[in-house]
Amino acid sequence: MDLKIKIGRTTYDNPVWVASGTFGSGKEFEDFLELKKVGAIVAKTVTLNAREGNPPPRTVETPSGMLNAIGLENKGAAELVANTYPFLKRTGTKIVISISGANKKEFVECADIVAEKNFPHAVELNLSCPNVEHGGTKHRLIAQDAAATERLVKAVRRKIKCDLIAKLTPNVTDITSIAMAAEAGGADAVALVNTYMGMAVDAETRKPVLGNIAGGLSGPAIKPMALKAVRDAYLAVKIPVIGIGGIMKGTDVVEFMLCGATAVQVGTVNLVDPAGQGRILREFETYLKRHRVKKAKDLIGKLKG
Amino acid sequence: MTRDSRNAKIRKELKKAQIVSNVQFCSDHFLMKLKMSGLPKRAVPGQFVNVKVTDQGTDPLLRIPLGIHTATLETISLLYKTVGEGTEILSSKRKGESVDILGPLGNGFDISRAKGKKVFVVAGGHGTAPMYWLVEKLIRQGHNEVECFLGASSKNHILCKEEMEKLGAKVHVATEDGSLGFKGYVTKLVDERIDEISASGENGLIFGCGPKPMLEALAKDARMIGMPAQVSLDAYMACGIGACRGCAVKTKNGYKLVCSDGPVFDAQEIDWKA
Ligand SMILES: Cc1cc2nc3c(=O)[nH]c(=O)nc-3n(C[C@H](O)[C@H](O)[C@H](O)COP(=O)(O)OP(=O)(O)OC[C@H]3O[C@@H](n4cnc5c(N)ncnc54)[C@H](O)[C@@H]3O)c2cc1C
Ligand SMILES: Cc1cc2nc3c(=O)[nH]c(=O)nc-3n(C[C@H](O)[C@H](O)[C@H](O)COP(=O)(O)O)c2cc1C
Ligand code: FES
Repeated sequence: MDLKIKIGRTTYDNPVWVASGTFGSGKEFEDFLELKKVGAIVAKTVTLNAREGNPPPRTVETPSGMLNAIGLENKGAAELVANTYPFLKRTGTKIVISISGANKKEFVECADIVAEKNFPHAVELNLSCPNVEHGGTKHRLIAQDAAATERLVKAVRRKIKCDLIAKLTPNVTDITSIAMAAEAGGADAVALVNTYMGMAVDAETRKPVLGNIAGGLSGPAIKPMALKAVRDAYLAVKIPVIGIGGIMKGTDVVEFMLCGATAVQVGTVNLVDPAGQGRILREFETYLKRHRVKKAKDLIGKLKG
Repeated sequence: MTRDSRNAKIRKELKKAQIVSNVQFCSDHFLMKLKMSGLPKRAVPGQFVNVKVTDQGTDPLLRIPLGIHTATLETISLLYKTVGEGTEILSSKRKGESVDILGPLGNGFDISRAKGKKVFVVAGGHGTAPMYWLVEKLIRQGHNEVECFLGASSKNHILCKEEMEKLGAKVHVATEDGSLGFKGYVTKLVDERIDEISASGENGLIFGCGPKPMLEALAKDARMIGMPAQVSLDAYMACGIGACRGCAVKTKNGYKLVCSDGPVFDAQEIDWKA
């Protein structure tokens, strides 16, 4: 059975990756998983300068999902390169570094710091960040603004050589226009979805539960919406689509691939079941055997009419 | 004080553990005993496990963190209060069924620092759960002067009084409604006692677990007389293993994670005003 898939210039051993912000640096999962068998580790988003993150509570459970407002807590790109790169390189796994920033300049500088010769295998642009340059417009996030998305991807593209993945927010009126903008900017793939904005309220105290008031919804609750977003993006762009949102089991991977995903990222499941990625990959292989699918990539976009 | 952080590096397991018993302990508290070899040998008091209460469907989704109440070579016990969906489901589990356990997690109490000191164990409400094992270990290691201070809103929420006395600890009780022991906050009792100790020139050490206001008061009292205090904090958690950065607590050195830097912290390290 052939699980390999290709995105940009990189061939990945399998399509089951782990999503940014839900897998630490990978160290936290060594007791539960063979890191070598993770399709790719997408590290927690880093920014040019360290960020403290949001006041607690930062997470809360909701029906079949959870809200988080971590606030991109991280120690900065240079610290990641100095202290976490040696470990990431030793894993022997494909590594994707997720970056974000307050503006184009920060993104480009951050990309320059994280991109070394032949490492990482790809850089993921977390575009769900405040759109400061367009402060006055109706687009609060870069990934809600097609023109800003294209300019930003283009700027990073000019700066670094490695494969570029644009990670999109689903909090938009039309995901296809943003996906097309990322493609026009030179992205090698689009990854979607990031979390859906939401909030939780405590009726007893009459207060919002999260310290940040609102947060991002993830987990099985968002899967139907994520499948639709992936299908829409797949039909709109020629570059590969990476599917994310509520994946808990092997057949979820199949569903995303049928909707057009070349690979998937699993997020919240890692927090529930730290051995989840390994289990999901095994279940995915079982599906392929059961349906006599020889190559995983043969599932991509094969949704029946 | 830089605390030993090796506990968090203890190998963690993910295991289906069979329920040996699951009985009502008192009012809305249940005691669950689980068959578990390996883990008890590596774990220390103050560490916790993350429990998946159901493998049916996706609701509830997240695990719930519960302190290790006590352990034998082959079992661990959890003492938990039913406060919501997860703990309700857990309380309905029967002997012979299994639950999925992830642990041991976090950094527990540093018992080695108790050597040659008077030990004060302060617990409020369900914060008493993990303190029983601490008292058990302290006494087994030869600390015969362990004083426990238990606080709760009323008499039927005072946990483990007799059990701790049976171990040989001296137990003081405070209830807010005065239905048992001193009427008022337990920290008032502690305050008086540690003042006596410090006046007599003896060295003391405080271990605390309970609601944040209680721990904050404890931290303040301890600071006034310069007595070290280790406190176990609570937080909303998701992963329990330091992967999501969800369980942040503000310390004097920025945010730290309750699940993997804690749950036990030096009381003076916490920024209580945050
Ligand atoms: C390290 C650690 C050790 C713990 N040990 C024990 C223990 O030994 N025994 C015990 O009874 N409990 C313990 N707890 C608390 C326990 O984890 C929660 O009571 C439990 O997760 C509630 O789950 P639920 O699904 O029943 O309630 P939910 O339906 O999730 O919540 C019910 C109510 O409790 C509140 N709540 C839920 N979780 C927390 C939390 N972590 N902090 C504050 N409020 C919360 C919610 O806001 C809600 O009002 C511990 C918590 C931590 C972090
Ligand atoms: C606790 C938590 C932290 C996250 N942090 C990030 C992050 O730093 N960068 C990012 O691009 N996405 C982040 N995400 C979003 C996930 O990568 C993923 O897109 C989303 O959770 C949907 O997938 P899921 O339903 O499988 O979790 C985070 C999600 C969670 C739950
Ligand atoms: S609960 Fe995830 S980092 Fe502590």
